[in-house]
Amino acid sequence: MSDTEVSYVTAEMHKAKGVWGSSRTAYPITDTDIRRWAMATYYPERPPRVYWDTEYAKTTKYGGIIAPPDFNPFAWSLERPAAMARGLSGARPDGKPLTGMNGGQTDTYGVPMRPGDVISARSRLVDWEEREGRLGHTMYVRTEIEWRNQRDELVKTRMSIAIRY
Amino acid sequence: MSITFDEIEIGTKLPTWSRKTSFAEWNRYAAVNEEFVPFHMDDEAGRRAGNEQGAFGMGNLRYAYIVNALHDWIGDEGRVQEVGCQYRAINQKDDVLTVVGEVTDKSTIDGKNVVRLDVNVVNSSGEPTCPGHAVVEL
Repeated sequence: MSDTEVSYVTAEMHKAKGVWGSSRTAYPITDTDIRRWAMATYYPERPPRVYWDTEYAKTTKYGGIIAPPDFNPFAWSLERPAAMARGLSGARPDGKPLTGMNGGQTDTYGVPMRPGDVISARSRLVDWEEREGRLGHTMYVRTEIEWRNQRDELVKTRMSIAIRY
Repeated sequence: MSITFDEIEIGTKLPTWSRKTSFAEWNRYAAVNEEFVPFHMDDEAGRRAGNEQGAFGMGNLRYAYIVNALHDWIGDEGRVQEVGCQYRAINQKDDVLTVVGEVTDKSTIDGKNVVRLDVNVVNSSGEPTCPGHAVVEL
């Protein structure tokens, strides 16, 4: 424990705690988006055919190409997620910028994402914790994210931990 | 070939799944995930972020490796239901990352064959970097 009470928690975080933010919607998923994602995450090996071979994918129980569960349709969005707005990711009392790191996540998957799907997401701050760590005073923020497709089917829920120091 | 539910027992090991990671892998992942964070792209930025060895890999890419290892184990007819992990250590440049896992439970729920595993990603030194769990359906 430090002698001085340091906190990176902002008034904006207190206000947002537990409140679902506004929904944002990704651009429609294309088969090229899926193929590129699979190629990147399997590199240098060739990814499974269900991610890129239309004719093969028709023979699987999915009946067509699906995206890897971890596929992110929100990459290359023009709008930044509301959760990343200033103040919601914490702030140092001295005004210096915080460094952020990904502390981990648990994703629970619903229906798979497919070419043509349009995914919408909403998120909320769940809670946070601050303690002294290897990198000095550190804040751990838990955020819940929910993704649904254009049929309002649940695609994914994520509980993630952001580390700020 | 992918494994069947009947072949799985408590303690069954996930086949190891490895990748050597450096800028070739990180840049490809940055490109698809729009993850151009300076400490993943530049050694000096990595050192400024507290890693003396320079740039370091994305946690999300290690997560992807866990998903891929599970998919390759259960095949296209299986389904990854849940994956969770914590990023406990940094992935350094040229690390050989290996996904490891062990079955902790198997059950049939509402006609669905479900298997639970502990998973991790170990680095070249054999150190665990990413302890977690997974649930798959066969």
